[in-house]
Amino acid sequence: MSNNTVIEVKDLIFKYNEYVTALKGVSCEIKRGIVTAIIGQNGSGKTTLVKHFNGLLKPTKGIVLVDGKDTREYKIKELVSKVGYVFQNPTHQLFNTNIEDEIAFGLRNLGVPEDEIKKRVEEAIKLFKLEQFKGRHPLRLSYPFRKMLAIASVYAMQPEVLILDEPTVAQDWVGYKLIRNLILDLRKRGRTIVVVTHDMMLVSEVADSCIVMKDGKIIAHEKPEDLFVDDEILKMAHLKPPQVTQLASFLHNINSNIPRNILTIKQMEEVLLSYITH
Amino acid sequence: MGLSLMDKAVEIKNLTVKYPLSEKFALSDISFSIFKKEMVGIIGPTGAGKTTLCLCMKGLIPHMIPVRMDGFVKIFGIDTRESSVPELSRKVGLVLDDPEAQLTQLTVEEEVALGLENLGLEPSEIRERVREALSLVGLEGFEDRAPIDLSGGQQQRLAIASVIAMYPEILILDEPTSNLDPVGKEEVFETLYKLKKEKEITIIVVEHEIERLAEFTDKIAVLYDGRLVMMDTPKKIFNLVEELNSINERVPQVTELSYNLRKRNPKLFAEELPITLSEAFNEYSEIVEGGL
Repeated sequence: MSNNTVIEVKDLIFKYNEYVTALKGVSCEIKRGIVTAIIGQNGSGKTTLVKHFNGLLKPTKGIVLVDGKDTREYKIKELVSKVGYVFQNPTHQLFNTNIEDEIAFGLRNLGVPEDEIKKRVEEAIKLFKLEQFKGRHPLRLSYPFRKMLAIASVYAMQPEVLILDEPTVAQDWVGYKLIRNLILDLRKRGRTIVVVTHDMMLVSEVADSCIVMKDGKIIAHEKPEDLFVDDEILKMAHLKPPQVTQLASFLHNINSNIPRNILTIKQMEEVLLSYITH
Repeated sequence: MGLSLMDKAVEIKNLTVKYPLSEKFALSDISFSIFKKEMVGIIGPTGAGKTTLCLCMKGLIPHMIPVRMDGFVKIFGIDTRESSVPELSRKVGLVLDDPEAQLTQLTVEEEVALGLENLGLEPSEIRERVREALSLVGLEGFEDRAPIDLSGGQQQRLAIASVIAMYPEILILDEPTSNLDPVGKEEVFETLYKLKKEKEITIIVVEHEIERLAEFTDKIAVLYDGRLVMMDTPKKIFNLVEELNSINERVPQVTELSYNLRKRNPKLFAEELPITLSEAFNEYSEIVEGGL
């Protein structure tokens, strides 16, 4: 395993019970310092896979290595300070009586000094725009803010690898931009981010690499610009590229000078500019 | 053909709602009507009052949730205050944004059958409706699975199936596709469109998936800070790019692209911006074929 691999999964099989095999032999490497998107159909095993990265689930067969060490050999505390996981459903994760304690909880478990905890809680509340909810019970927040709080409480632990499971679900445009910018900012600071998502706009804007899953297996591991023109994989995995990429693809068919692998509105604008200004 | 009063599925007048512990109004002086068989999208930033509005149309406000409510909400001409939750639930179905909170049964089949049993339907009728609803949302074969073990997206489709099985005349969905994969999102919208066409259901859908709203809805209502700031056809609404951006709403990607290009060449899309992929393709295929 090379040094720029932070998580390595080898021949992972996971059975929830004797009838349901969620992962049917999965192997992959998560590279350090980049954003990896895990995408694919509902029920394809995405969440089951990432729950192995921080030891929430242990393999039925196969092996998961974090920094070269088997997740089964880690102490829980050691692993969760390295790999932070934000649940898909925030309600599964929130249990304190006010939002400050919710964010502080993980930090206290890690033994972070109280004054440092206070600082980090304040910072997270500000960053995730939760000021208006200070002192409020987490479950009295609306769903999108509960989701932000769940992310905030894992973010505050400053894990080396941050796993976000469907972070943009239920977020409005402000929330979307906040999460997108957070991911880009963490990447700039050299952190590793794994994002499980159905949001193809988010994938097009942040992902360096995409792992595509179907029926408990990985069917592709490629860059978004390659994935979004890979019709066979897209179809197999129930995916649709962002609208602007679909437009580029259609236009490519009538004029091959238009590249198919456009990811963003900005890129498409640049391409079309020469056709509209003479 | 004139529209009579009875053509209104929902009529809301001067609706104002304040929750007991809040200083702010959740909804302020909202008035609009939704006609039968219309599909209406509701958009607006978090906290704008979208979910509160759904609860009002379902009658849970004011019947179950104690709030101060002024103005009125009429469902097929009947004031929700003069109706009851059981009576309204025969007419209005609501799918919530947290599907897991709505699921209570041990199997998928029982989950969909629950509401039907409460309506006192014959077992054969129940079986048929369960089959139909599960097939509409693509969950055939899942009858004996436990709802709690389904994936997020499957749970979301199950919640929709449980509500549509009750044949509501008005179907309200609060972010029904948020946990679905891209094809699943499209399938839900196609299902809604089919329900509207074939079963003549009025559909009200709160969504952040504006590319799909632009394609499928008849009207879009924009809420901001408890007020209804615009309501019109998707074409008119999504052409108001600056107004939407100013309240932190985005427009479909093809509309933003076209808006940006119009700034470079004002002759482009002078009348109106494309709002769907097919409109954009038609416009741009001419441009990239022959130039301007």
